[in-house]
Amino acid sequence: MSIAAALSTEASAGPVGGGGAQAQPVRKARLGAYLLLAPGMVYLFVFFVLPIFALLATSLYVKTPGAELGVYDPAFRWQNYLESLGAYYPEILRSFGYALVATVAALVIGYPMAYVIAIRARGKPLLQGLLLVLVIAPFFTSFILRTIAWKQILADEAWVVAGMKFLGILPPDGRLTATAFAVVCGLTYNFLPFMVLPIYANLERMDTRLVEAGGDLYANGPTTFARITLPLSMPGIVAGTLLTFIPASGDYVNSSLLGNNATTMIGQAIDRRFLVTLDYPTAASLSAILMIIILVLVMVYVRRAGTEELL
Amino acid sequence: MSASASTRPDESGADLVLEHVTKEFATFTAVDDLSLTIPQGSFFALLGPSGCGKTTTLRMVAGLESPTAGTIWINGKDVTDTKPYNRPVNTVFQSYALFPHLSVLENVAFGLRRKKVADAREKAQQFLDLVELGHLAERRPAQLSGGQQQRVALARALVNNPAVLLLDEPLGALDLKLRRQMQVELKRIQTEVGLTFVHVTHDQEEAMTMADTVAVMNAGKIEQMGRPEDLYELPRTAFVANFLGQSNLLPGSVVDSGELVGVDVGGARVQLPADRAVSTSGKVLVGVRPEKLHLVAPGEEPQAGWNVLPDAVLTDVSFTGVSTQFRAEVPGLGTLSVFEQNSRGSRAAAAGDTVRLAWDPAYTFGLDGDEDVDDGVTDGDE
Repeated sequence: MSIAAALSTEASAGPVGGGGAQAQPVRKARLGAYLLLAPGMVYLFVFFVLPIFALLATSLYVKTPGAELGVYDPAFRWQNYLESLGAYYPEILRSFGYALVATVAALVIGYPMAYVIAIRARGKPLLQGLLLVLVIAPFFTSFILRTIAWKQILADEAWVVAGMKFLGILPPDGRLTATAFAVVCGLTYNFLPFMVLPIYANLERMDTRLVEAGGDLYANGPTTFARITLPLSMPGIVAGTLLTFIPASGDYVNSSLLGNNATTMIGQAIDRRFLVTLDYPTAASLSAILMIIILVLVMVYVRRAGTEELL
Repeated sequence: MSASASTRPDESGADLVLEHVTKEFATFTAVDDLSLTIPQGSFFALLGPSGCGKTTTLRMVAGLESPTAGTIWINGKDVTDTKPYNRPVNTVFQSYALFPHLSVLENVAFGLRRKKVADAREKAQQFLDLVELGHLAERRPAQLSGGQQQRVALARALVNNPAVLLLDEPLGALDLKLRRQMQVELKRIQTEVGLTFVHVTHDQEEAMTMADTVAVMNAGKIEQMGRPEDLYELPRTAFVANFLGQSNLLPGSVVDSGELVGVDVGGARVQLPADRAVSTSGKVLVGVRPEKLHLVAPGEEPQAGWNVLPDAVLTDVSFTGVSTQFRAEVPGLGTLSVFEQNSRGSRAAAAGDTVRLAWDPAYTFGLDGDEDVDDGVTDGDE
């Protein structure tokens, strides 16, 4: 979205340097822009572009016959990808499944939060600030600690389980720890702020006079929301769902702390391949597969949502 | 959703009635015990300076604010507690408030779609044609100019055929030339569709050009209401006299009563028709519009029976082409404005000249002597 904006300014700046007296300042301005970009470019080249190539190269390595554990020879062994897919497609599917459920849950929980902070608390900066701090507050504690806390919340002897059993939602011998439910809960909780903040930023800018205009034109509250507020907040929803879905699908902390052997996500598998079995080619090819799938999904999603028009 | 089915038989012909409507906010009273009847099919203007409560009044009619006290009737129905979306009222908002994610056509069709009108697209297109924007139906509002957006907002409201159309300073964001053009256009459309228009504005010229009836509002109350000509020729308060055009207001005291009241202003005796005076005894303000005043040069004689102020010294002369505007200092009365038409060439009067000021008593109006002479004076033309 912002990339598109950057590209369009680049494009419009392009033909300006036509010549004459104008050319000199334009060239100078462009040089300045490159200088400003340089630190970031260098940093990303060294710590992102090079490692990506290293990763992609590793994904095609071949095991040296008779060599020690973790030693591989450079090669172009494309079968690595097929073997990784064959061995880990359940984890891949499960990861995207969990991420999807967590994203939907975060949207359902997060949208009303963002709406209240941006629209209902508008004009009350103190309340707005307090609510925003509450949304961001979890970041003051470590991600791992917060996830471990969910173990306590969902523990057999805790009130959540007791309450659900009392209501008959959970069978008498049921439990929540080490289940898919716990993993999705953890994912939803951990990525909720990434859903709330973009939607908040979007709704914050919304002109509430449009809501008045909706009421004036015979649309009641729910209709005004569905026809005006919701469509206008689509860019925020798209940004929020992407910021939730992408890290959630690659997450390995929640499933390892809150799940069991049957809830393994792809992040965990990559983690284990890299660090436990030292199977670098498989781990690298799984990483590449994950990246490609996410990239394709995001492109299809942004197209589908048609949010370019709104920005 | 008929909040109360009671109707007012005595007001059945009136479209919009406000009865003792008051709106109090936490720190001030925006609208103070306002009662108003706006007949069906009229072009009604609520005119006043910013903060006078005119927009709050409009928002209460639209249902966007609810009155603290009082009742609002539309077509004989009490709508005081009716939600905006259930009122037969549409608004042209000051900011237009067009939906940015919908095409121009869909903006116009929005109200029709909510009311489940069958041929919404065709009707919307028809009204876009009425405001001469039929060819831009598929554009987004952001792709239109300010004047075009204004027309879309108008079409979006009109297409629903409301009992009352509310216009909240709709021309405020347009430049002067476009504003004059739209004034004519709005008047044409109102005549064509025959709906009741309630127009809120702070621009007195706009109100007088378009409206059949103008209500001048000040501090939450209506100061005076009537035809623009009547308001201009016979203001009843200093606020109206100064806010609607300019006035020379001369403090004086009544010395002689009768059909023509004799008033002493700064030593000169002037006459004021009793039926044009708010009060005919004690202290009064004698008012006369600048264009009614005439300069009488030394050697000339004023017409018989006219009011005359002697010993006026011209302090400023500005030639504007059509007319010449003079400022004249009269001892004991302060500075008066005089506009003279240049229909027979401009007058050879210069600053420093001593002249007499004369006018026909029939154009004199009398106000309450306790009023502030400067009430409602605006700086320049807004």
